[in-house]
Amino acid sequence: MSARTDVAQPRLGPVGWLRWMWRQLTSMRTALFLLLLLAIGAIPGSTFPQRSIDPARTTQWIVDHPTAGPVLDRLGFFEVYASPWFAAIYLLLFVSLIGCVLPRTKILWHQVRSAPPRAPRRLDRLAASREETVDGEVEEVRERVRVALTKRRYRVHAHDDETLSAEKGYLREAGNLVFHVALIGVLVGVAWGHLLGWKGDVIVPVGKTFANTLSRYDTFSPGPWVDVNDLLPYTITLDRLDATFETEAKSPGQFGAPRDFEAFTTFTDPDGTSEARSIRVNGPLETGGGSVFLLGNGYAPVITVRDADGTVIYSDATPFLAQDNNYTSVGAVKVPGASPEQLGFAGFFLPTGVIDDQGPHSVFPDALDPQLALTAFEGELFPSGRPQSVYSLDTGAMTPVPGEDADQLRILLRPGETYDLPGGRGSITFDRVERFAGLSIRTDPGKTMTLVAALLMLAGLVASLGIRRRRVFVRVGPGAEPGRTVVSVGGLAKDDDEGMPDEIGAVLTALEGTR
Amino acid sequence: MTDQTLAQLSNLAIYSAMVVLTLAMLADAVYLARLVPARESAKETSRERELVAAGGAPETEVRHPASGAVDTAAPAGRDTEPLAARRAAGIGWTLTLLGTVLVVAGVGLRALEVHRWPLGNMYEFAIVGSMFVLLAYCGWSMKRDLRWLGLFVVVPVLLNLGLAITVWYTDASELMPSLRSVWLAIHVAVATLSVAVVTIGFSLGVMYLIQDRLEVAPERPRSFMSRLPDARALERLTYAVHIVAFPLWTFTVIAGAIWARQAWGSYWNWDPKEVWSFVIWVVYAAYLHARATTGWKRQNAVWIALVGYGCIILNFAVVNVFFVGQHSYSGL
Repeated sequence: MSARTDVAQPRLGPVGWLRWMWRQLTSMRTALFLLLLLAIGAIPGSTFPQRSIDPARTTQWIVDHPTAGPVLDRLGFFEVYASPWFAAIYLLLFVSLIGCVLPRTKILWHQVRSAPPRAPRRLDRLAASREETVDGEVEEVRERVRVALTKRRYRVHAHDDETLSAEKGYLREAGNLVFHVALIGVLVGVAWGHLLGWKGDVIVPVGKTFANTLSRYDTFSPGPWVDVNDLLPYTITLDRLDATFETEAKSPGQFGAPRDFEAFTTFTDPDGTSEARSIRVNGPLETGGGSVFLLGNGYAPVITVRDADGTVIYSDATPFLAQDNNYTSVGAVKVPGASPEQLGFAGFFLPTGVIDDQGPHSVFPDALDPQLALTAFEGELFPSGRPQSVYSLDTGAMTPVPGEDADQLRILLRPGETYDLPGGRGSITFDRVERFAGLSIRTDPGKTMTLVAALLMLAGLVASLGIRRRRVFVRVGPGAEPGRTVVSVGGLAKDDDEGMPDEIGAVLTALEGTR
Repeated sequence: MTDQTLAQLSNLAIYSAMVVLTLAMLADAVYLARLVPARESAKETSRERELVAAGGAPETEVRHPASGAVDTAAPAGRDTEPLAARRAAGIGWTLTLLGTVLVVAGVGLRALEVHRWPLGNMYEFAIVGSMFVLLAYCGWSMKRDLRWLGLFVVVPVLLNLGLAITVWYTDASELMPSLRSVWLAIHVAVATLSVAVVTIGFSLGVMYLIQDRLEVAPERPRSFMSRLPDARALERLTYAVHIVAFPLWTFTVIAGAIWARQAWGSYWNWDPKEVWSFVIWVVYAAYLHARATTGWKRQNAVWIALVGYGCIILNFAVVNVFFVGQHSYSGL
């Protein structure tokens, strides 16, 4: 038999339930739970590749894990920070935060406007207290204590003739509230930047000019509220790109490590004024319509393809994308104007090339022995008209061009060399090597707000952790002998406060000092 | 002096520091061992004497019994300690100071050798971190009696230095382009300082949890722990250390974001290192919250802080080396 008896519980109406839920949500326990959940929820974003950071690696991961991949994808594990469940955690946390901050602001407001409470009857019951007999009449001593307390930045109020109530450290709570409100500011700043900011990436080989229009970008991701036709029409010409790599340190992690990149450009603003500007890794170019960052670089071998008559049908600096720290790069050359069939070349560019059993690869990132290793295909370059990457060849509707002694023609070129394609298909020439700059142009209108909010948050945090909220009560009364006064001082601190006895001692010492 | 000589001198300083700190560790251990009274009766007497000393404080000493726990942060007064213990503590302190000087020298020489802030790879983070832990401990020791904490500070420092010189050692080299910025000195130095402070907090937290277990045990086992500050005092010290470290970490994240905007074009990219910095920040925020939540046990709050430290270790030792991201500066 159950030992419990039925307790008559009040019925909660819908309003009652809402009130109950609100109270649960805004409780410290829930906030704590949500905080821990937020920490745990953020972790998958570091262990799984994220689509927003590295889409290629994400796709590869899903391909490599045919069972788990699609399931995790549906659950948002590859876009953790944009996933509904992650948003649910932080939005609930912010609602909880607002529900906590509002009533506390009200309380603080009332406390600041009203006087500190009346002194309790027994001061020695407080966390720290002390009694002393000093020279002077009661009224005079009380005045001296008041001065001592005011000097220590207490707000002092006398409820009657025998006591003083003093309080300080309101900034502790104020700082705490500022911290929490500023967190909302950070969130709003981030959201603002997301809605109104845009970023675009473009690869610019040396000697080429980039004009800031939508069509010139390789990738462009605008925020939902961005007007993409409203870009500032400036141009950037890449005159030179300097890259230095480590040659001194021989340890495997250091040899060949990048040391310095600098892009020398000519920047022409919408009015047509040109000036030389350089872009470095820690020194973006501010254009007034987005900041230009040098986020990548690589090689763009200049390749010329001629037909059987010697007419140039393709000639361009063709960017190859680096795959490893030594700039083993892959790319493709697409020649739609070739006849009888369209021609395509795919393969590697190696700045310091070695071809061994690991296949073609580069052993140093600088262009010491540049080589171009290509295979040739013929057929239809753009079979379905679908958009495709310029760095890879869609060989679905193409066949390999056969070599003399192999199924597939393999071409190895050094700068200046020309290879004659078999069967009257023309020739391919590797003229020289240029570098390219990977530029990223970004705007974030929310960043100032985020920064200001973050700094406010820090200031609030320091205030709320460093300042102590203290109440001091004083009672004065006539001593045993005439001309002497008994002073009792009691202190009450909001939280654990080791310093309260010292504080009271200091008040009493100051009292002596005022004589 | 050539860079080669400076490199040798720097490494020599670090090796010497490790030898000196090992001796300091031994001396600190001897100190704690000697603190344990030889017989049970001796313990009783010393307890009583302590009580008398606390209760009979003269009027001018403002020590209310309720707040008396505060004083136990300096365990039993020095005069109640056996002479041998005091002597060992003295030796330990002197050696710790010497070790600190040697680590500072090692860091300084490394800086001269590489002609920049020595904050460019894991080896450098580790020795600078050790330096900050030791400096923080020595500085704090000037203000209050922390001889009992010495062992628990020197041991993690030694572990860290050992790993630094064996696993993470990197020859002097220049910085990669993205690290060439004034923010290196600001962001990384404060991050390292914050981790150093929180390392002391971690030691204190562990000691608190052990002390707390011992205090509620029906029969308290005889150990040096009974001469250490009581659980309440240890918990307060743990909190005090963390409220210094938390704003430092907040600053680290903000400074990192400003730098990221400068170097990578966006102040927050959810790079693995950023993710973990965020996780660490949230976990420590949860610790501070838990401590302020009524109905939450202090023990559980401290456990959260320890988890936070686990995240820091993970962020340093695992994320730096094994995760793909933009913060790949381990130099390994």
